[in-house]
Amino acid sequence: MGKLYDMLVEDVRFQEGMKSCMNCGTCTAICPAAEFYRYDPRQVIDTVQTKDEEAIEDLLKSETIWYCGECMSCVTRCPRKNAVGLVIVALRSLSQKLGYFVESEKGRQQLALKRTIGAWILEHGYCVYPRKITVENHPEAGTIWKWEQDNLDLIHKRLGSNLDGEGNGGLRRIPQESLDELQRIFDVTGGSDFYNQIEEASKKKAEEMGLSLDEYVKFVYTTNNGLHGRDEE
Amino acid sequence: MILEGKKRLWAEYQKEIPDDNYFYVRSCIRQNFFPASEPTFLRILRDELKKDIFETPFHTTCSGIGYHSDIVPMETTMTVVARQFALMTEAGYENYAASCITSFGLYSEIIETWKHFPEVLAKVRKHLKQATGREFEIPQSLVHASDIVFKLRNEIAAKAKFKLVNKHTGKPLKVVEHIGCHYSKMFPSKGVGGAEYPYVLVGMIEVWGGEVVDYPERRHCCGYGFRHYLVKANRGYSVANTKKKFDSMEPYKPDMIITNCPGCPYFLDRWQYVIAEMEGKTYGGDGQGIPALTYEEVAGLVLGYNPWDLGLQVHQIAVEPLLDKIGIGYDPEAKYKGPNGEDLGKPEMPMSIRCC
Ligand code: SF4
Ligand code: SF4
Repeated sequence: MGKLYDMLVEDVRFQEGMKSCMNCGTCTAICPAAEFYRYDPRQVIDTVQTKDEEAIEDLLKSETIWYCGECMSCVTRCPRKNAVGLVIVALRSLSQKLGYFVESEKGRQQLALKRTIGAWILEHGYCVYPRKITVENHPEAGTIWKWEQDNLDLIHKRLGSNLDGEGNGGLRRIPQESLDELQRIFDVTGGSDFYNQIEEASKKKAEEMGLSLDEYVKFVYTTNNGLHGRDEE
Repeated sequence: MILEGKKRLWAEYQKEIPDDNYFYVRSCIRQNFFPASEPTFLRILRDELKKDIFETPFHTTCSGIGYHSDIVPMETTMTVVARQFALMTEAGYENYAASCITSFGLYSEIIETWKHFPEVLAKVRKHLKQATGREFEIPQSLVHASDIVFKLRNEIAAKAKFKLVNKHTGKPLKVVEHIGCHYSKMFPSKGVGGAEYPYVLVGMIEVWGGEVVDYPERRHCCGYGFRHYLVKANRGYSVANTKKKFDSMEPYKPDMIITNCPGCPYFLDRWQYVIAEMEGKTYGGDGQGIPALTYEEVAGLVLGYNPWDLGLQVHQIAVEPLLDKIGIGYDPEAKYKGPNGEDLGKPEMPMSIRCC
């Protein structure tokens, strides 16, 4: 067995998700990502089960592993009880640990995710915090969201939230001691190191691409080379 | 015949749902985009049905969106979840009620992993102790908040002021239900009705007078895909999946959609707006959209709550046609007012979809 495969096996999600694949293609048939992207979950599982180091390394550096939507629709259907979605999670995790994620356009987006969702978890105690969901970044949130953003405090008060308030209730300010506990959990369990690893690998890549890190994060958040879709040339 | 067989089959799927004493944990997405839904749920449970449901200001995100965006490692998320369980344990509760499907799916996955890998559980206990000094019990019962509404659906029906019936025709409203992938696709036994015949929303629709629409793409993902919505460059994936569902349900002319997951109603609502603005295509009658509601909002409507207390004004798709069909009265002038009747202006009208 090769080194990369061994590293994958260390991940319990890989152990849960990877039994043995008979290449029936059921996962691909049900997969919403396979319908939209150049993506074939059957092939991902098949590549991994060959234990071919070179092929696994290519996969870890590829766009492919970033196409899955983690909907887990494949899990219900696989006759062999594989969970491609979980294998993908393990592959993505390893790709980031090894710094390979910056080799693909979709992989590079991890920095944008870390700097939005990742930052908000520790700053606010929420994955999503309304003052950060800007109209500029979220035009699809509609004219109603623009109205909400313009009147955020009063609308939340009207609808029974406790936005940034003390005590219980929706969108209350999470007490500092709870935020401190979250931070310590991240420090103790490797979450903070993982964030740093995403930052470090991205910084190197940004330099290579001649961009400042701030330019890079905007670039990865908005750039789509138009080569990912099934119908795209 | 076939329908009867299906109905019987659905009835066979059961899940143990405690009928009182819940430890409630809020959803990041629901709080942001449907802020009145959780207060409505608590109002129904506490004021209408006299249940004991506890919440603490010290709970946080479960970090699930970060986990499924692959930026938060498993060990970290497990320990964040363990902290939530510790808060439950400290408060003296055993029934954990999550307001989010991503959380619910994640809790199910984590508890299952701990069963298969006790050494992982031991490590999480150590980490939690080290980081916070806390200890925890695994919940006796893990439910999604909609499971509770499902369990209490008949009690809600007994107090109902309205039915999901078209008052002009006397016919049941045609209701699309969307349960959200992580409710039961990974662990079918954890959801009411399993993955094949999820019954959690169907049970509510039937008891409250509506008729379920069975359409080809009923089980298809709403298109969230975590990174595929969260990163601007990827949103084509998200809208394309939602469009697939709408194209599939359109011939059945649904009156409304009821959802389980906090994210799905957001996508089913907002992507209708985007599809209309991009392509001029609308799916409801008369150039309007199909209202996509949370189960709390639907329960509140059935109970006769003021639609603007339920937060129906923060949907992009107008709900008035639905309210008119059911015969629910509302004050159009009060729709966009603040807590003390302040004038908050009005949202801008989209170009291609009528939003009242
Ligand atoms: S459904 Fe399961 S067995 Fe079939 S190709 Fe996919 S992973 Fe392999
Ligand atoms: S989890 Fe990923 S691979 Fe599985 S069906 Fe969903 S998108 Fe496809």
